[in-house]
Order: sequence, then structure tokens, then C-alpha cells
Amino acid sequence: MAIEVRIPTILRTYTGGEKAVEGVGDTLTALLDDLDSRHSGLRGRLITEEGNLHRFVNVYVNDEDVRFLGGLETKLADGDSVTVLPAVAGGSL
Amino acid sequence: MLELPQTMVDQVVAHARRDHPDECCGVIAGKDGAATRLFEMQNAERSPTGFVFDSAEWLQVYRAIDDADEDLLVVYHSHTMTEAYPSRTDVRWSVNTPGTSWVLVSTRSDDVEIRSYRIEDGVVAEEELRVTP
Repeated sequence: MAIEVRIPTILRTYTGGEKAVEGVGDTLTALLDDLDSRHSGLRGRLITEEGNLHRFVNVYVNDEDVRFLGGLETKLADGDSVTVLPAVAGGSL
Repeated sequence: MLELPQTMVDQVVAHARRDHPDECCGVIAGKDGAATRLFEMQNAERSPTGFVFDSAEWLQVYRAIDDADEDLLVVYHSHTMTEAYPSRTDVRWSVNTPGTSWVLVSTRSDDVEIRSYRIEDGVVAEEELRVTP
């Protein structure tokens, strides 16, 4: 079961410069574990030590933000596409 | 040095005034360092002290820029009660946008202040904002 994962520029150091990589997994967690076996360190940029999705990134499954789906437990199926983007935020405090 | 056409500077200032007292935010795409397009973004926080790009809108904008082989030239936002200088929050988040100018607008007074910065490794450096006709 292959899922295409689009990687933003700032994380391409983990993918040898590739814009997109493929992985397998029936949930987002499983997919990230699989990707980390070939792209070591990538998982750690997306998931905190407490095991939550890092607030510095947005992860989308089929263009839907996973925070509005099932988070890291979002179910994946063959042919789904996952996109990772850096979140952009700031403020005056 | 960041060069922006007057029309874009005017649009950023107008956006900041319109969203005041909440912070406004947006991006400017560029090609080879030249500004090409401005995207006004929704501040998902709708807050007078912070901004977050709406995630669905950001995906569309990022794709539009990427598909056109453009770069993220500028991230802009406003401070509505403080000066146009990056806050600690801005510095922390700027690691996500390396090589991008952070343009800040202050709407705390009627004399709108607009300035541009490069933030690398936590160090803020102001850069010249040159406005072209």
C-alpha cells in the first residue's frame, strides 16, 4: 500500500532533496514510522517527545488538515496523499 | 535588501488597517528575488496579539507558489499595539521560513510603520525596504 508524501523544502534534508517520497501504513503514525526507517529524523520533526503532532507543522491527508481528522491516528488507504507544510505563525508577545 | 512595488506596500498597509485591532497576515511570492504576487491570508487566531495562517488556505497558497516555481519572498503581519519589530514569538516561528523576509507593520498609531527583517538562527537583522514605483 503506497502513499505519496509531499515534503516541504525545509525538511528535504531528510529526504535527500526529494520533493515527495512514498511510504506505507494504515494510519498516519504507522506511515511516519515507516518513513523514518528510510529517512531517519523526519519523524522527530513532525512528532513531539510526548507523541503529539508538532505545532510547528501542518500535516494534510488528501488536503484535509489532520487536526480536523483523527490526528496521528487518521486512517490511510492506498492512493491517499499526505502533504507536510511548515506552519506559519507569530505575534506581538 | 527587500524591494517591493508601491502597490504591494500599499496593499499590506491597507490590509493591516482593515484587520486592526486584530493582527493581519499574508505572504508575497517572488521569482529570483523580485516580488510577483501578494496573498492576503486569514488570521486563524483572529487575535490582537498573534497570528496563525489558516491551514487550508495556506496549503492552497503554498501550492500556487510552488506550482509556479516561485519562492516565498515575504511573510508579513501586523502588530497592533507595539512597534514593527519581531517579537520573541516571531523569532521562534521564523525558523520555519528560512531565507524569507519578515515584513512587519505597526498600526498602533495613525502613522503606519512598515519595516523588513531577516531572522536567522534567532538573530534579528533589519534590512532596507526599498519601495519601487
